[in-house]
Amino acid sequence: MTPHLAITDQPIDIAAALAAVQTDTAGAVNSFIGTVRNQSGGRPVRRLHYESYDSMALTQLGHVVAQAYEKWPMLQEVAVVHRKGTLELGDVAVVVAVATPHRAESFAACQFIIDTLKQVVTIWKREEYEDGTEWVAAHP
Amino acid sequence: MSLKVALFGITRDIVGTSVIELPAPAPTTVAELLAEMRRQYPALGELRSCAVAVNNEYASADTPLHTVDEIALIPPVAGG
Repeated sequence: MTPHLAITDQPIDIAAALAAVQTDTAGAVNSFIGTVRNQSGGRPVRRLHYESYDSMALTQLGHVVAQAYEKWPMLQEVAVVHRKGTLELGDVAVVVAVATPHRAESFAACQFIIDTLKQVVTIWKREEYEDGTEWVAAHP
Repeated sequence: MSLKVALFGITRDIVGTSVIELPAPAPTTVAELLAEMRRQYPALGELRSCAVAVNNEYASADTPLHTVDEIALIPPVAGG
């Protein structure tokens, strides 16, 4: 039941994240995979740079997963891996994987974890365009 | 005693360093720290938000600061 949480500067191994949540007591494994897309608000994006405050990111990620376990007591295994550093188009930025006995809770828990991660986990994204870069969401 | 504050993302760009040391008399609360940082670096006040973390947790405005604490400015996060 200990969640598998990591911030890494290496390419994310999706299969390993899915394998980490595999358990014979769960009949549903649900995953979210966030990838780098080629535009943001209509502006072409060349690549992304993620920066992380690792110790706090892992602390906050732990809180998010603990909240998920409270909301869905049947939640079995959880894995969250977030990439940092420079990512090219199509690269995997984040993987969330959860295992539950039945599918409904797996969808809900997976969505809760990625949605809450985006609100509280201390990771920042700088988008690189043809003509410069910008920290995402920094300004109103 | 001085206070060390870690900076990330756009706050590091604004201040120009990844750690700033505030000399004595240093701010004693989160609210004082934010006020002092915004006074020295007005661009911080233009951000959508700027939280303060104390020992890896988000801290409220009245949280006291100590030199042994790990303190950081937290601009709007954008993971995922």
